[in-house]
Amino acid sequence: MTRIDTIPADGTTAVTVRGLVKHYGATKALDGVDLDVREGTVLGVLGPNGAGKTTLVRCLSTLILPDAGTAVVAGFDVVKQPRQLRRTIGLTGQYASVDEKLAGWENLYMIGRLLDLPRPAARKRADELLERFSLTEAAKKPVLQYSGGMRRRLDLAASMIGQPAVLYLDEPTTGLDPRTRNEVWAEVKRMVADGVTVLLTTQYMEEAEQLASELTVIDRGRVVAGGKVDELKAKVGGRTLEIRPSDPGQLPEMARALSETGLDGIAGSQIHDGMLFVPILADVQLTAVIGLLGGRGFDIAHIGTHLPSLDEVFLAITGEKASEQSDGTPTDAQLKGAAA
Amino acid sequence: MSTATTTKVTEPAPPTRTERTVRPVTDEGRIGLRANLRHIGALARRNALQIKQDPESMFDVLLMPIVFTLLFVFVFGGAVAGKGNQSEYVSYLVPGLMAMMGLNVSMAVGSGINEDFQKGVMDRFRTMPIARSSVLIAKIVVEVGRMMVAFAILLIVGFILGMSVETSPLQVLGAIGLSLLFGASLMWIFILIGLTVKTAQAVQGVGFLVLMPLQFGSSIFTPPSTMPSWLQNFTDYNPLSNLADAARALFIGGPVAHDLWMTLAWSAVITVVTAPIAVAKFRKKT
Repeated sequence: MTRIDTIPADGTTAVTVRGLVKHYGATKALDGVDLDVREGTVLGVLGPNGAGKTTLVRCLSTLILPDAGTAVVAGFDVVKQPRQLRRTIGLTGQYASVDEKLAGWENLYMIGRLLDLPRPAARKRADELLERFSLTEAAKKPVLQYSGGMRRRLDLAASMIGQPAVLYLDEPTTGLDPRTRNEVWAEVKRMVADGVTVLLTTQYMEEAEQLASELTVIDRGRVVAGGKVDELKAKVGGRTLEIRPSDPGQLPEMARALSETGLDGIAGSQIHDGMLFVPILADVQLTAVIGLLGGRGFDIAHIGTHLPSLDEVFLAITGEKASEQSDGTPTDAQLKGAAA
Repeated sequence: MSTATTTKVTEPAPPTRTERTVRPVTDEGRIGLRANLRHIGALARRNALQIKQDPESMFDVLLMPIVFTLLFVFVFGGAVAGKGNQSEYVSYLVPGLMAMMGLNVSMAVGSGINEDFQKGVMDRFRTMPIARSSVLIAKIVVEVGRMMVAFAILLIVGFILGMSVETSPLQVLGAIGLSLLFGASLMWIFILIGLTVKTAQAVQGVGFLVLMPLQFGSSIFTPPSTMPSWLQNFTDYNPLSNLADAARALFIGGPVAHDLWMTLAWSAVITVVTAPIAVAKFRKKT
């Protein structure tokens, strides 16, 4: 797993949020959120639908006013200094925030002009960014004709025109197929390499692991866990190795053989659905487990690893299942729809 | 050593950081007038490009003047001015029809704003360092342009049907300008409605309920002298009557001052009252 950023030991915070509250009637979309994003790093905000992720991003980007609490972004208070703050941020939401009727180039040129670039500079920047995000061929086509991935890439390009110090990515890959998702991740990694501070919201542990160095897990408007991705992974158990022997009868024997190795966390192995699930904390364990099973001559029909799902993360952290708004509170998407 | 290299040397260490501060944020973040005009220009270009992309959106301003003029002249013209006197009625009707066209075009602004809000692009505008009113003003600028197209077609149709102008071109331009001004002020009302109701269809629905009595209870189509006195009271205070009468006087002569001032006053009052509310609502919308 490659991590794209390093945390400076004395890193200053680009985003500081303290006790942020936003209620919609009885719905506590944000119920006292604290978080910090260190300059030049990626903070992943992980949570199920309706956890308050989008509300958080909308507060931090001056689209809505919080009911209580403070948030300071790049040195500017979201409530008291919204105008200055808007000069330092970029936002790419889960809903494409570009004009669908306009060509890709026209979108970027317009944003350049709105950011006070002189005409030639705005033109140049639009060309450059289309090139960088591999959209040059589609430059003159209306965005309506773009695929989902192209749209999201244009959205990222639009957010980069002003060279923001802080970039919010609100579920940047929700609804994208795996290949397109990888494209978007690659672009985000390049932006981070350029030194942009990113606050990323996501429902996927895998996305957080790919992009973020630190994680804040939120549920029902509250922070339920936080820390370095590695620490949380250790808590949650990292990846899981799944092994299906050709003969299901061999499962207990395999489990016994593994437990004799005394590897870290190996005691957490489980057998169900005709498979053996082994928690993997480091790559060397993977090699050790497979080497051992091969050496003992077990016939293996299937082998694979998977990252913990959001549900598993929540189970490990909070001891309960992720609340998919079982209490009838509306999701962020519904709130947005109702407000529109 | 050139000046350029000297500046580079004095730049702080991490180059990516310094590059990013394109606009030093030292001031209050206020947006100057020139920047504001530039933003309105960029946004108006967007609205104009949308029309280019979707030419069907011009059907209303292209067809409405033709259909309404033909309809009223040939269906009602005989009844109002007497059989065979249609061209007399054209001269009466067309200046007033500008008031009606203005009303209809400005209604479209409300649904346009409402549709814009269903899209994510509005979120982007609202997170950018631009005056939020510039989004609304740009829309009005382009819609006034559309209104001018509608008026031009209306006048062409009017002239073909035998409309006569008894005044100077300057006065005709005055009538057009007055109608544009009043139409632009109405746009603020419909922007306000567009920001308040949930869907674009609702804008049309609410709009029609208000429009029909206002349009027909005015001096646009017929002289109010044949109406019952209670309705005459209404038409007397109807700003559309003021506009229609002022425009008519500027086309075919007659006393103009009262209606001219009334129209200017209505435009000013509507704008001063509704524009700040609309901008505030736009600013607060989530």
